[in-house]
Amino acid sequence: MTEMTLVQAINAALGRAMAEDPHVIVLGEDVGADGGVFRATDGLSKRFGEQRVFDTPLAEAAIAGISIGLAAQGFKPVAEIQFTGFIYSTIDQMANHAARLRTRTRGRLTCPMVLRSPCGGGIKAPECHSESPEALFAHIPGLRVVIPSSPARAYGLLLAAIHDPDPVVFLEPTRLYRQAHEDVSDDGSRLPLDRAFVLREGRDLTVVTWGAMLKETLAAAERLAGDGIACEVIDVATLKPLDSDTILASVAKTGRCVIVHEAAVTGGFGAEIAARIAERGLSSLAAPIERVAGYDTVMPYPRLEQHYMPDEGRIVAAARRALAYQ
Amino acid sequence: MTTSRSASFIVEHRRYGRADGELVATLPRFAGDPAELVRLYRAMVLTRTFDARAIALQRTGRLGTYASSLGQEAVAVGIGSAMHDEDVLVPSFREHGSQLWRGTTLLELFLYWGGDERGNAFAGPKQDFPVCVPVGSQAPHAVGIALALKLRGEKRAAVCVFGDGATSKGDVAEAMNIAGVWRLPVVFVVNNNGWAISVPVRRQTAAPSLAQKAIAAGFSGEQVDGNDVIAVRDVIEQALAKARDGGGPSLVEAVTYRLGDHTTADDASRYRDDAEVSPHWANEPVTRLRQYLTRIGAWHKRDEEEMLSRARAEVDAAADQYLALAPQDPAAIFDYTYAALPADLAAQRAAFLGGDQRS
Repeated sequence: MTEMTLVQAINAALGRAMAEDPHVIVLGEDVGADGGVFRATDGLSKRFGEQRVFDTPLAEAAIAGISIGLAAQGFKPVAEIQFTGFIYSTIDQMANHAARLRTRTRGRLTCPMVLRSPCGGGIKAPECHSESPEALFAHIPGLRVVIPSSPARAYGLLLAAIHDPDPVVFLEPTRLYRQAHEDVSDDGSRLPLDRAFVLREGRDLTVVTWGAMLKETLAAAERLAGDGIACEVIDVATLKPLDSDTILASVAKTGRCVIVHEAAVTGGFGAEIAARIAERGLSSLAAPIERVAGYDTVMPYPRLEQHYMPDEGRIVAAARRALAYQ
Repeated sequence: MTTSRSASFIVEHRRYGRADGELVATLPRFAGDPAELVRLYRAMVLTRTFDARAIALQRTGRLGTYASSLGQEAVAVGIGSAMHDEDVLVPSFREHGSQLWRGTTLLELFLYWGGDERGNAFAGPKQDFPVCVPVGSQAPHAVGIALALKLRGEKRAAVCVFGDGATSKGDVAEAMNIAGVWRLPVVFVVNNNGWAISVPVRRQTAAPSLAQKAIAAGFSGEQVDGNDVIAVRDVIEQALAKARDGGGPSLVEAVTYRLGDHTTADDASRYRDDAEVSPHWANEPVTRLRQYLTRIGAWHKRDEEEMLSRARAEVDAAADQYLALAPQDPAAIFDYTYAALPADLAAQRAAFLGGDQRS
């Protein structure tokens, strides 16, 4: 076991995957000598050579598209999109090609690729660096969407994503890259890509979230615990496919649910979770579902972004509303 | 201020024959064998026979929207015949002739255009990509494939085909740029048929040629008479040989003409006069090669009749097979979404099989 930050865990997982499988290659902007702008690929080019870790010209759509061609040829490309704001131009490639190559060729050609990108705000970055586009990708059949919330889960989930035979969009919470520390054992163990993680057990209220929002959510749960309220905190981790059962089992126990995410509320992935609870768990609900999410505004510049992003206070307030409902 | 030249370029146009079938240059070696030219001719005729049958099936409601390759058979057959079996084709949607040459079957083509995914499960060229409908977005795939071939040190190349309209797209520019930087074994072929649905090529670009788009990407581009199948094959063979030998990418602009509508859903009379179209019939590739073959005594009326009836019989047999083939099990819509069905999708599949769409 070694204590790692989240970005170090990503780096360790990439190194492990490349050491274990010569078909794994890393490509993207500045991933080579520079080791990525967040250093996620630091040292990989030196260790594995420029044939397996290489800088691409500045062309995000082509980074995704080239990965599709490589994957169809039997490689396992792990492509980095430098910031989430630049990921939108990959959507054509991911939706029209990566996601449907297996279906449209009836399994003759497949697309085992990973599209990695930092996501979310909180690092005082320029505009178009802080988006949370997970719902856009989760809406596309044929893709998997994964967002880790801790170094150990980042390690195990990224290894699983690279090993998976289908395309995975792997979004890494930027502000946890260096904030989160955890012991990680670099032993190549993968985590399942279809299970949510119950990070804290409780009988009074279910709080469902993912990615960087786990930090504020766990802090809110801790504060509520001081008042004798036991929150069950679920890290969804794999948005697509969604582990409904873990969420429904928790709501069946607590009867109250708050969903927290950083992306804008309308059409956010919280809506899908709320709908599934309404479809299959309505009778266990003792209160309306609360959503604590980003507002339906453009992601503000850094001086105002803390007002946009859900914080501990908003989560606690929503929890108290859900608990007070009779 | 002083001025010096930083870059300059020329774009050449190549052909061997004229519209009337007369030669204007000494033929390349493969074309010295009349039997090989007859093979090209038969392939173009088979493509055109398939085309006519596909349109007829669409008009009678038995095929989906179909993109005809009428008049552009020399481009497709030139590409197919220039490639080695182990090369990889990344087509647009008018390369029926390339696909047939490479072993995709008539039945698979009918299935694809008839709206059945099994048409893409090629039993023959297993690494070839299927048709790409979103224009130009297949270009980066060819670059990824070429990169894979280069990384494995294989003497193979990818061929990426797109139309004149696609050259306006960012995907194509990004793909060509990267192929140039990495010196990849890929040949880009533009089927410049003059029209992107209703927009003529002069409104697609201010450049006097599409071939010159390669220059900005750092490799050579040239034009070829796209109705001269010998020239198309020769130019692409040379580009492929260069690619396999580590010489990097090329762009070949095959200048041809779209004699038909864009697809069966299009009516070109809304935007294109017959007066523009008719002169191009005098230059269409099938007649051009037949005139040459006839002149050198390699082709006779009897051969033509025999070949046409064989081509029709072959296409009819495939069409009959297509029409008789049972549709896929409807649950197949779920079964190839992922390698293994995730739990929530398995639940949707079970609900579907349980009859959730019945009222």
